[in-house]
Amino acid sequence: MDGLASTQALQPLIYDIGAPGRVGVNLPDCDVPEAELPSELLRDDLPLPEVGELQVVRHFVKLSQLNYSIDKGFYPLGSCTMKYNPKLNEDAARLPGFAQLHPLIEETGAQGALYLMYELQRWLGEISGFEAVSLTPAAGAQGEFAGILMIRNYHLDQGEGQRDIILVPNSAHGTNPATVTMAGMRLRELPSNDQGNVDLDSLRAACQGELRDQIAGMMITVPSTLGLFESTIHDVIDIVHNAGGLMYMDGANMNALMAVVKPGELDFDVMHYNLHKTFSTPHGGGGPGSGAVGVNEKLKDYLPGPVVDIIEEEDESGAPLYGYVMPEKSIGRIKAFQGNFGMHLRAYAYIRVYGDTGIRDVTRYAVLNANYLRAKLMKTYKLPYPRYCGHEFVLEGHFDDIEEVHALDISKRLMDYGFHPPTNYFPLIVPEALLIEPTETEVKEDLDAFVEAMESIAEEARTQPALLLNAPHSAPVRRLDEVRAVKELILCCAPALPAAGD
Amino acid sequence: MSYIPHTAAETRQMLTEIGVGSIEELFDAVPAAYRFPRLELPPPMSEMEVAAEMLAISEANDHAGDYAIFRGAGAYHHFIPSVVNHMLLRGEFYTAYTPYQPEISQGTLQATYEYQSMMCALTGMDAANASHYDGATSLAEAVTVALEVTRHKRGKIILSHAIHPQYREVVRTYHQGRDIRIIGDRGRGDVIELVEMLDENTAMLAIQYPNFFGQIDNIAVLADAVHEVGALLVIVANPMALSLFRSPGELGADIVVGEGQPMGVPLSYGGPYLGYFAIRQKYVRKIAGRIIGETLDADGKRAFVMTLRPREQDIKRERATSNICTNQGLMALSASVYMALMGKNGLRRVGELNYHKAHYAADLINQLDGYSVDTSKAFFNEFVLSCPRPVAEINEALLEEGIIGGYDLGQNYFHLEDHMLVCVTETNSKDEIDRLVEVLGGIS
Repeated sequence: MDGLASTQALQPLIYDIGAPGRVGVNLPDCDVPEAELPSELLRDDLPLPEVGELQVVRHFVKLSQLNYSIDKGFYPLGSCTMKYNPKLNEDAARLPGFAQLHPLIEETGAQGALYLMYELQRWLGEISGFEAVSLTPAAGAQGEFAGILMIRNYHLDQGEGQRDIILVPNSAHGTNPATVTMAGMRLRELPSNDQGNVDLDSLRAACQGELRDQIAGMMITVPSTLGLFESTIHDVIDIVHNAGGLMYMDGANMNALMAVVKPGELDFDVMHYNLHKTFSTPHGGGGPGSGAVGVNEKLKDYLPGPVVDIIEEEDESGAPLYGYVMPEKSIGRIKAFQGNFGMHLRAYAYIRVYGDTGIRDVTRYAVLNANYLRAKLMKTYKLPYPRYCGHEFVLEGHFDDIEEVHALDISKRLMDYGFHPPTNYFPLIVPEALLIEPTETEVKEDLDAFVEAMESIAEEARTQPALLLNAPHSAPVRRLDEVRAVKELILCCAPALPAAGD
Repeated sequence: MSYIPHTAAETRQMLTEIGVGSIEELFDAVPAAYRFPRLELPPPMSEMEVAAEMLAISEANDHAGDYAIFRGAGAYHHFIPSVVNHMLLRGEFYTAYTPYQPEISQGTLQATYEYQSMMCALTGMDAANASHYDGATSLAEAVTVALEVTRHKRGKIILSHAIHPQYREVVRTYHQGRDIRIIGDRGRGDVIELVEMLDENTAMLAIQYPNFFGQIDNIAVLADAVHEVGALLVIVANPMALSLFRSPGELGADIVVGEGQPMGVPLSYGGPYLGYFAIRQKYVRKIAGRIIGETLDADGKRAFVMTLRPREQDIKRERATSNICTNQGLMALSASVYMALMGKNGLRRVGELNYHKAHYAADLINQLDGYSVDTSKAFFNEFVLSCPRPVAEINEALLEEGIIGGYDLGQNYFHLEDHMLVCVTETNSKDEIDRLVEVLGGIS
């Protein structure tokens, strides 16, 4: 496909910078006698680029420079917890004993890795107050899926397979309702009240009405996606439990809870952790994530497997033997091998740095930074829920007297000031939402600079709204034609292969 | 305080601005009885202490840095050029998130678009997404697409027994809430046996290429048979093998999925890996996960953006077909850099090295007393070896000689007790192979 070749471009495509015969890597000669290749099974053409090593380096370095990143500046993207990714962890992940360890090695040959996973399971269980943890899910969304499957199978085993409704507040992340469908369950959405909490009357109506026997459970984010700790959380949990349902906690906002409250002690039955949010593993331009799940006694046997356990207690040498166990009623294997181990080891190193006395500081300063920004910005922007927030808060990115300016315009203008915008238009229940999460690793000077930028933008909205409407002005590209992207649907620039049968 | 930069003076100023006396007051909404629990964790450690501990833990593993390794079975020890890691370590890439704001994410977007393009080139498909979690979950997502394409009117999914056993497990985990039947994996049969299972109720048939045993099945007639009943042909392919062998597109596949780990991603004890997913144009709107497309900015400049967004969970919510949110962004970048470096000629060369070395090893081992290699079909860089003793015993003896032996197939296949799946890649030198042969020869 030619694409839009005639137009200007920031950086040519990798396919446009090569020359026939060029190779970007220096490979060894074959040191064994060559075997005969089965010609009838071979392909004729392999249409990959042909580029030199330095060209490849420059290509990707130039691309990298078009990105905004945490290493470059403040990244207050709400619900994503864009905290500093410690460099120590990157070095650890590249140690040959981790990076070159085969996933199907005998357990006796992986005692280091298994010890690390065992400890991490224990620590995550301790931080959240749960009985057992499985590290296998590859991302938060997969952790959710595992959790809902566990709830489903638990009810099946209780002879209550008719329980197939999962309650989800309308402030939830989109993954929650999508997870419910994916697990073959039915969704019932609950409204929020004017405090941003779940509307208890609607919850009671759902749990005490004719659907009572069909309630499988509820998914809820704590603190809520508005960044608010649900003051009625106990009532919510009791109502659902009394109806026979189980409680799932979306742990996306765990950065507001560490050593502040244990979800397991609040009587949640299951939750997932986002190691790439709370425990500092890098977001990687969209992944990998890692979404461990924790459960109480009730669901322990249903965890996705394998989980790590002690197979033989300590011998004279002092070390126990660690190995894998498939929980008795496990929902099964949710990905190949044993989870995103590279993320497990980073989370391990992160928790090790803070330790028992330090981990609460992560939450304390994340909440301090968020409340500081909230207190400063509420002077200029509308704050729909005027109370102390957790690790994030939501503003309305709109001014009553300036019709044309929207949250998106404010966000795009922030790029010109050198900041990554907050999350836009989520949660859905706040019009023109700007969800702001500073994290604990930001210094006060940078928070102050962000406040100043937000104040200038509010001023510009009044005096020169066109500056916002046409923003960004200094980013590598201006606003994109997303409709055209869908209509033209150009997804591939490789030369086409001959079609089947040609 | 580790990674927290606040001074005591700053903290006081911030508290004054908020209007509270202490940070603790900000947590009043948390029920008092549960507030501020003590955590049983080890004490804090400095950076140099943690670094030393991580090194010690890592060295308590038998890894490919210390041993000659002949194990694959879905995870492969290949050479990774230094450039790949240097590009991955650019903070601009690894400390960015999902490119929701395309104006300041063109690096991630273009690199991912190029990844999609090169995956299309390898597989012979029209479109690829930005990736799934791993090869196994990609296959599970392919099942969802097949059910969608056939409008949930067909309930039979045929999976060859020669698909990676863990992939089949994952498909079952993903689809246990659905009213469908997953068959085919209990047999011992070949492609003909799979064709006989096809009927009007079949949504898809999946095979692995090369199969789990490293072999290239003759699948020339498969696509026609599958399409005749209106089902989809899904091929799970090792991308490294596609450097040499006919593309799944040429063979008539509708969807091609697989594990992208061989393309520049280290073994890392099983993850993070890269589930690639490629598809024919006519089904592209059914694909789950992120897709990057080309467009123009307000000045007419070419740029890239996440497209077909309305399929995704954050917009479609309970009507989305998958809850997937993240992709394996950084691993897709590894594959991009790797494929760009290797290119048309380098990748073919790596494929040939794998082929020649595996065949050299197979020929020599086949001559040893008590051992025999399954040569009934062509193979790429893995082969099935029948052994004179239990595989665990042989591997123990190999380990003592500094060699990690093959995968014990008896764990998953009753009829393959005492059979080992041996993998040889470009990283195995002739000396290593000769030593493997020698040690095996001493065990019989």
